[in-house]
Order: sequence, then structure tokens, then C-alpha cells
Amino acid sequence: MAEDKAAMDKAKADAVITAEGVAMRFGTNTVFQDVTFEVRRGEVFVILGGSGCGKSTLLKLLIGLMPPSAGTMTVLGEEMAKLEGAARRALLRRIGVMWQSGALLGSLTLAENVMLPIEAHTKLPEAARRMIAMAKLGLVGLSDAADRLPAEISGGMLKRAGIARAMALDPEILFLDEPSAGLDPITSAGLDELILSLARETGTTFVVVTHELQSILAIGDRCIMLDKEARGLIAEGNPKHLRDESEHPTVRAFFRREARAGV
Amino acid sequence: MSFEADSTGGATRLRFTGSLSATEAARLWNEAHKARDGASHGQSRILLDASGITALDSAGAALLVSVAGQEAEWREPEDATAAGVLRRFRSGLGEPRPPKPGAPFRPITSLGAGVLGLARNLRGRLTFLGETAMTAAALAPRPWRLRWVEVLRHLDEAGTRAFGLCVLLGVLIGVILAFQSSIPMRQFGAEIFIPQLVGISLTRELGPLLAGVILAGRTGSAYAAELGTMRVNEEVDALRTMGLDPMAWLVLPRVLAAMLVMPVLALVMDVTGLIGMGFVMATLGFPPTAVMNQLVQWMSLGDIVGGLGKAAIFGLAIGYIGCQAGLAAGRGPRAVGDAATAAVVGGIVALVVLDGIFAVLFFRLGW
Repeated sequence: MAEDKAAMDKAKADAVITAEGVAMRFGTNTVFQDVTFEVRRGEVFVILGGSGCGKSTLLKLLIGLMPPSAGTMTVLGEEMAKLEGAARRALLRRIGVMWQSGALLGSLTLAENVMLPIEAHTKLPEAARRMIAMAKLGLVGLSDAADRLPAEISGGMLKRAGIARAMALDPEILFLDEPSAGLDPITSAGLDELILSLARETGTTFVVVTHELQSILAIGDRCIMLDKEARGLIAEGNPKHLRDESEHPTVRAFFRREARAGV
Repeated sequence: MSFEADSTGGATRLRFTGSLSATEAARLWNEAHKARDGASHGQSRILLDASGITALDSAGAALLVSVAGQEAEWREPEDATAAGVLRRFRSGLGEPRPPKPGAPFRPITSLGAGVLGLARNLRGRLTFLGETAMTAAALAPRPWRLRWVEVLRHLDEAGTRAFGLCVLLGVLIGVILAFQSSIPMRQFGAEIFIPQLVGISLTRELGPLLAGVILAGRTGSAYAAELGTMRVNEEVDALRTMGLDPMAWLVLPRVLAAMLVMPVLALVMDVTGLIGMGFVMATLGFPPTAVMNQLVQWMSLGDIVGGLGKAAIFGLAIGYIGCQAGLAAGRGPRAVGDAATAAVVGGIVALVVLDGIFAVLFFRLGW
């Protein structure tokens, strides 16, 4: 544990993601504003919030699918939304994204799906790509399904295959959108273990969007919580501390699973 | 990063040092494998020395594991992180599995699978036909139970919106037919019979046929894609569990709309085709009254009504095939595309086959 602590202290020095005063508006509808936070290297950073609070929008901003309406957001020291061409590709190679429903290409087998980003970003020969794909699929427990098509496997398997594809290039930051939603508790716990071991052993940074309470407490080093009514952040810190100490009614309700009027 | 191979005594040492990343692994892949193959052909023992590796990613690990194969002795990386990457890579790969037994003789298995698939397909279509007929029969005494709003919507989509296309194609086909037949007819001085020729071929055959092609391409494929997507999203199952019959709810309004709209489209094709022919006749120097006279004298109402009746049957077949293809769709994004293709191909084939049957039937009946 002491080693973990020391590693964490060291990691505090460099932030891999910073958001300053970020706002997102669609027309006159403000999803959130004045969102400021940073993600440090090697930590598991969780973005929390109820339905419709803009978690997925924030994730889209982080991975550069759209620019924020205001504020600046940097990933690995670069402003993704302003990058183009080769610089953008170089940055994309260093991050991996797992989409909520896997987003695997339907015409390719699982192994071919995982090989895709490797083919896009390296000059490795086919045999090497296939070997890496098999190793990644093995890590998520899908060795036997490598040659099947996405249409032939279950939703939970799709999600795990999505993680394998996101990990294909050993990214520095892995973005996971609802990794455990729709999974059974055992698979979900296995996924949490995989995330923790990757974070601790390889220094991969994780940004996880989720609202699975158990998984948040198990893996989260730090978290932020977005709220629909506040249109921004209402809490930041270690999930266990928030659970035990937060005074904010919504945060309390979230962690203690209390029903609140109007929610 | 450096890679070197040296042989001493009966052993070949393959030594990797420094940082082994994807770029390096891609560069060294062939070289390292060649060195390994050379050593194993020379009956030499292989020692893979990875102790000097300072940094490693999955691609590097793949290179090491692939070069080592089954027989090499390892010296593991001393760097803890690199060793961790390698360990995780190996655990992901798991135990090397024996290759799967080869598939049996390909052409025969695929022939068998093809025939079975065809039979299953035919059976599915027949079952579906039966179900549709049963539902229609059950609804016939209570027509208000059918969703007429849906029928109207589909009439609009399959009919009103195809109107412009039908007018365009009709005029063009009339012009082309008249113009092409004018060339041989002129040799016999028989240009006056062009209205008869074009009129009969349009109303009896081409009008219904072309309207059917338009319907199969526009509407049959749309039915298949819409119902296929609903099936992929489990909407069809949801309807069923709510106690609503997908046949009455989804299929009958569409098939009915297709059947009702086809005679109208065919009539539009007929009329616009005749108008197109009239243009050509005018340029050849025949006044509209002469053309009219010819048409009235040589064509009977039976030609038109028979053609429109055929069109209704074509519409029934196309609508039915479109719905069946959609509801039989599998899972995944490709399934919807396949269903749309099946609907258009099936629709056009059915169109031509039915037309052949009608040709024989009308001939025998002397119509």
C-alpha cells in the first residue's frame, strides 16, 4: 500500500487532462458550464451523474468529437478540438475509447475489429496484429469468440470486445463509456479488476463514465459529479470520502441510494 | 533499441535491449524471425534474452513471444514494468491451442447448406403467407380493427410521393417506344399504327411492369428496411408481448397499401406514356385527333382493366415480399441491408414470374 501511496503522490505532479471553465451549449440549451477539473496520470477518474446531466457530452468533448462552446480542454497537453491531420492522428493513437454498446464493425470478426486500430496506426505485419488482438481478447476473456461476428455474441461480450479494441495500442488514456452497464455482477467485477491492474501496473489513466455504485467505489481514485439542475459540477474528490462526508443532498442521495422527490 | 543474434557452441542467443515499441517491433519483425528460423534450421538451441529491455508495449511483446515460439529458453526482462507487460500479454494469449480440425470438403458442405437454406427460406415464406392470409381472414368481418391511419400513411408514401417519378418515367417510355417503333414502321408506311402498338404494349404489359419496378425499388425495400430495423431493435417482439399482432399491426396495412396503390401508379404510367407517344406522333405529322381515333378504334377497355388488375396483384406480391424480408431479418447492421436487397430482388423476380403466368392465362382465356 505504501508503494501505491508514493506512486499516487508522484502522479499528482502531472495532469494528463485539464478542463478549465468548459461549457457546452446546444442552441440556447446549456448542458453544463464552468466545468473545471484535472485528471492525473495513472489514476482511475470517474465521471458521475444522473441521466441527462451531460456525462456522455463531456466524454465527447474529451475525445475531441466536438469542441466545447467555451473554455479550454487539453488531453495529454494538446487541445484536441483544434488539432488536425497528422497531429490529431498522433494524439488519437495515444488514447483508446470504449463505446457504450461496443461500436464494433458488424462486417468484421472480433479479432479483425481489434486489429483495426493497430493497422491504422502501425506498420506491424498481419501475424503481429493478429497476435496482439488475440492477447487483448484473451485479457477480456474472449479468446474463444475471436473469429465470431459481433452479431453472433451477447451484449456483455460486445462491451468486453470494445474494451479489447480500445486497449489494442496500449493507450495512455482509456475512456470507458458505461463499462459495466448491462453486465452481470461477476463479469462486471472482473472488468473492475482488469481496470485496476492495468492502472496500477502500466500506469494507464482511466476516465470512466458510469453510474454503477459498486464499481465506482471499487475502482475510482477520484471522481467528479455532474448535475442536471446545477448545470455543472457539484462534487469532486475520492468517491469513498464523498459517500461518507458530502453534505450535498444530491451527492448524498446518489451514494446512499435515497430516493428524492422530483428525481 | 538494438537487436543482435550470436551463435556460440550449440546455442543461438537472440538479444533485445532498450525500448521495444510498436514502431521498433514493425521494423525488427522480419529480421528477428529470419534470425530465429536460421538458428532452428541449424539445429541450434535458442536463447531469447530480453533482460536488457527497458520499455515494452504489446507490439513488442508480440514480437518477443512470436520469435521465441515454443522451444526457446527465456531470460525475462529485468525491468518490472516490461516484465508485467510481457506477463499480461502471455496470460491474454493463454495456452497455445491445437489448430481446429479442417472443415469437411467445402463444395459439398456449401451445396448442402445452400439447398437447406433455400428450403428453409421457402418454408418461411409459405408460413408467412399463411399467417398473413389467416390474419386478413380474421380481420375481414371487422375491418375497423385494421389500422386505417397506417394504410393512409403508406398510401401516401408509396403512392403520392412516387407520382412525379411515374410521370417522368411514363412520358419517357412513351416517347422511346413510339420513336423506336417509328423506324421500322416507316419502311412499310405504317406509322399510323404506332398508337395501336404503343397503346397495347403499354396498357397490357409495360405500364404495370414499370410501376411494379418502381414500387419494388422504392417501397418494397423501404418496408424491408423499416421492419428489419424494428426487428433488430426488438420492437416486433415488444408488440407481440403487448398482445398486438405484428401481422395486423405492421404487415397488413403495408400490403394493403401496396395493393391499392399499384393500379393507380400503373394508370399514371399508361396515361403519361400515351401522352409521350402523342408528342412523337405530332412531330411525325399526325394530329392528335388521328392518334385518338386509332386508340379508340383498336384498344378495348379490357386491355386497360386487365393491366390494372395485374398491377394490383403485383402490388400484393411486392408488399408481401418486402414485409417478409424485413421480418425475417437477422441481427446486426448488415441484416437490414440484406433484407432490403432480398426485398428488391425478390420483388422484381416475382413481378416477372407473375407477368409470365398472366400472359399464359390471358392467352388461354382469349382476353
